Formats: sequence, C-alpha cells, structure tokens
Amino acid sequence: MATFIAEPPVARSTRAVDPATNVNNRMETRNLAVTFSRVIRSEWVKFRSLQSNWITMLSAVVTMIGIGALSTAFLSGTIGSGGDGFGDTTDPTTTSLGGMMLAQIIVGIVGVLAITSEFANGMIRSTFAAVPKRLPVLWAKVVVVAGVTFAIMLPATFASFFIGQAFMGSDGASLSDTGVLRAVIESAGYLTAIALLGLGLGSILRRAAGAIGTVFALLLIAPGLLELVLPASFDNVLRYLPSNASLSFTSVGSTEALLSPAVGALVVLGWVAGLVGVAAVLLKRRDA
Amino acid sequence: MITVENVTKRYGDKVAVDSLSFTVHPGVITGFLGPNGAGKSTTMRMIMGLDSPTTGRATVNGKSLAEHRAPMHEVGALLEDRAIHPGRSAYDHLSAMAATNGIPDRRVREVLDTVGLTSVARKRAGAFSLGMRQRLGIAGALLGDPDTVIRDEPVNGLDPEGIVWIRNLLKDLAAQGRTVFVSSHLISEMGLMAEHLIVVGRGKLIADMTVEQLRQSAVDNSVDVDTPDPSHLTRVLLGDGVSIDTTDEPNVIRVTGLPEAIGDRAFEARIPLHALVPRQPSLEEAFMTLTHDSVEYQPVAA
Repeated sequence: MATFIAEPPVARSTRAVDPATNVNNRMETRNLAVTFSRVIRSEWVKFRSLQSNWITMLSAVVTMIGIGALSTAFLSGTIGSGGDGFGDTTDPTTTSLGGMMLAQIIVGIVGVLAITSEFANGMIRSTFAAVPKRLPVLWAKVVVVAGVTFAIMLPATFASFFIGQAFMGSDGASLSDTGVLRAVIESAGYLTAIALLGLGLGSILRRAAGAIGTVFALLLIAPGLLELVLPASFDNVLRYLPSNASLSFTSVGSTEALLSPAVGALVVLGWVAGLVGVAAVLLKRRDA
Repeated sequence: MITVENVTKRYGDKVAVDSLSFTVHPGVITGFLGPNGAGKSTTMRMIMGLDSPTTGRATVNGKSLAEHRAPMHEVGALLEDRAIHPGRSAYDHLSAMAATNGIPDRRVREVLDTVGLTSVARKRAGAFSLGMRQRLGIAGALLGDPDTVIRDEPVNGLDPEGIVWIRNLLKDLAAQGRTVFVSSHLISEMGLMAEHLIVVGRGKLIADMTVEQLRQSAVDNSVDVDTPDPSHLTRVLLGDGVSIDTTDEPNVIRVTGLPEAIGDRAFEARIPLHALVPRQPSLEEAFMTLTHDSVEYQPVAA
C-alpha cells in the first residue's frame, strides 16, 4: 500500500509577514550627530539602568553613615563598655566621617566598573562604534560618575556628621566651627575624586579585578605598608599618597604631619588628572 | 560603500591582515569569506575603527568612521553577539546607544519591533537566548538607519527560522540600496545569501568575484559515466588531454577533458552506457580549491 506523505504546511511567503519590511520606513536623519551632551545622556542612561550601580552606591552610603555612627557612639559611651571620652587628639568631625576609609573603596569600585564592565562584556565596541572619537565617552563617564557620586555622597557626609555629633552631645562639633563645614563638603569631594581615580585605573587596566586591587592597594595598603618599610625620611613623600593627602582637607585642625588643605586638595586632583589623562591617551591609542 | 586600501595589521610578529585592498559596493550582499583565522574579523574591526591598521586605510563612504558626523547613520555593525551588558534591558541598551547620535526614542521602539523583541524589551539582556541577543544586536545595528551594514558570522547560533529571517533581512537591506557586508567561513551560507564575494586567506586577498564566477571557476568539463564495463570504456576513451578517475561507485568513472565525444565513442565500441552526467562541482569544492593553500592549520597526512 502506498503511503501518502502530505507536504508539511509551509507559510506561502515568509516575506509578506517579515518584520524586516519595517526597515523601509526610513527615518528622519538630518538632526543626527554625535554631540558631547548626547554622549553624557547616553552614559547617564547606561549608569542608571544598571541596578548594581545603585546597590553599590547605597552600600557606600550605609558604610559612610554606619561606621561614623558606630565609632562616635562607641567613643561617647552610648554603646560598648563606656567610652574613653574625647581626648585632645580625637576630633569629633573627623571621627564622624570615619566611614570614609571604607566608603572610598566602594565608590572607587563604582568608578572602576563604569568602564571595565564594558570591556568585560564587549559593550565597549558598541559604544566606540557609536562614538568612534572615543574620548567624549571617557569625558562623559567622568561627568556622570562625578555627578552621581557627589550628589549621593554629599548628603551622606552631612548625615554622618549630624548623626555623629548627636551621639557626642556636648563634646560634638558644630557646622559653624572653624573648618568643619569645609571638611564635610570636601569629604564628599574627595570621595568623588576617588570614584574618578577608579574610572581612570579601570580604563587603563581594563579589568575589574586588577583595577579594584590597585584602588585598594593605593588607598588602604600603601600608606601603612610604605610607612613601615621605608625609612622615616620618606614620611614627607608619603604625605602625597591620595588618602594621606586627603587628611589635610577632610579633617579639622591640621597638624605638622599633614599638607596644607589647599596643597592636599591639589595633590588629590593631580592623582585624578594624571590617571584619567593616561587613560585618555591609552583609550585613543589602543585597539578596542 | 566600504573601501579597504592596502591595509596591513600586525600583532607583534604575526601578520593578521596583509596588504588587503577591496571595495564593497551598495545594492548587493557581499560575502567576506575565508577560513577561520584568515583576518576577517580583524578587517571588520578596522573598518569600524575599533582596531587601527598598522598601515593602510579603511573607510566607509570615503571617510574613516571617526570623521563622520553621525557614525551610526553611516554604518551599523554587529561584530559579536556579546556586545551587550547582561544587566541592562534591551530597551535601555538601545536607548543608551541611540542617545549618542541623537536618534529619537521612537526609532528605538521601531527597531525593537523590526527584530521582534518588543514584548521582552524590559527584560534583562542577560536572560536572553543567543538568538534573542543576536536580534538585539541587529536592532542596535539598524538604529541609525545606516547606509552600510556589517555583520560578522550572521547565522552563528541562530535556529533555522532565525537563519531564514536574517537572510531575508539582509537581502531586504541590500535591495534598498544599502551596502551589506557579511563575513562567514561557510561558503554554503554565502551561496544562499551573497551575490559578491571577497575571499581571503592568511590575511591576503584570494578572490574578489561574484558567487556565479566562483561557481563557474570549478567547472572542469568532467563527466561521470555509468557503464557496466568501465575498464573497456577507459581503454576506448584514454588519449591526449583526457584523464579518467575511478569514483566511489565501481561502475562509474569520471572522465575529464572529453565533454561531447564520450557517447559517440562508446556507441562505436558498442559499450552500453547507463548514465552520462556532467559534473556540477559544488560551491564548497570551488571554495576549497581556491583556498586550499591558505588554510592556516591543515591536517598533515599521516
């Protein structure tokens, strides 16, 4: 008996329902052009559309405020086995901003990931195909990372200050005291600078692990380690490490061991400008 | 139009692309063909300005990509299917790309429709299948309504339906007068899609010809002859300029260089013939003949 095999049902014409025909609606193209403000907008869309950025920023805020609150509460005897009170060496403003030591690492990581994530998943090639001059992308990332970090960390430093002073009661400082307002605002400025330092390192090294490790080593390990291994005559040089330089303008009542606030700020800016500058040269020169 | 002028790319001692020159014209699909490691992807990256040539110049519509006011309107490229952040939604990915060139949001929704991803536009791209990521990449390439479309290995990872879809899409784009340049290491795929071919091997240009010309290049006037007495027929046919090979079939011999006279001679010698089939070499054979000397790693006969 012959077997009759029916033809499988085939769509008459796949072309008729082909969505590709949409392409026929050619768009208005007169106004198309790459401008710096458009690249900034693009980088802002990229930043805000990644949930991980906001989680990391939130953890920086929690770290900043949490550590400041804990250390002031402990020192003032609010928690723990009764505080030592405040000696002459402990400044209430600096203590309340103590969370900065860890928060700087976290915002540094935000800066690193703003560019290494694009290298890791190949997005950088889509980005550079859209903006082949490349440098506007780096400058736009600087604008967005700096803007977001400062906008978030400024309220966080103020919150740390006020919560800390509340724990310390009569021992606390007031915003109107000499150098206090400046120290609080410039702490947020320093955190912003470190986010950009991370961006620069991330752009140079292209890989998150190496760049985050470098941020960590430069800010946390180098100051202590180098002080141990280098002779005392180098202490003058060590003041120029970014985290040491920052102490001059993020704390109140400078000592001989620190740079002056203005020089300290310039040194930190110098680190950022140097690293972002090297990043710019390499970004332009290297294959993507 | 894409112009590659005398481009060389060296990585240390290794020459990935060697004095390569060719032009890709609008209106047809041009296939960029060569074995793996022939320098196709490197060349495409240089056209896109992602890698810079050691010497020479690659331009799109006469200028390097960085010299164009709106690069996304000049060329849309999908060089790899991974060029997307997995944590970002399809819509946000396209929005961020569109923003750079001032492409309106309306166009983002339009290309999402074109590639059929509208319903998943708000989902994280990391949750997409390879085929969906390919479609998202294509949407990104089409955003700027580009004159030139570049695609590296267009059918990799696509299911059969997706392959037909991308083939038709690229054909439509070419029919609209755009320049369409697609690379592949599979000649069979190019045979179904491309009209023109740029063939490279070891970074050098091997051929710049139409698919039809490639097909013809392998026609060697050989005929497969099915006969119950192949040895007798062989003796009858052998002569100047005639070569005869055996085939997998014991009764079939392959006669080259004697196109018309086989039947006549067999008739005179009273040898029965069951079939007389002019051989149509496949595009694969033609391609392999062409690239035989330029495959980077060849198995060595034991």
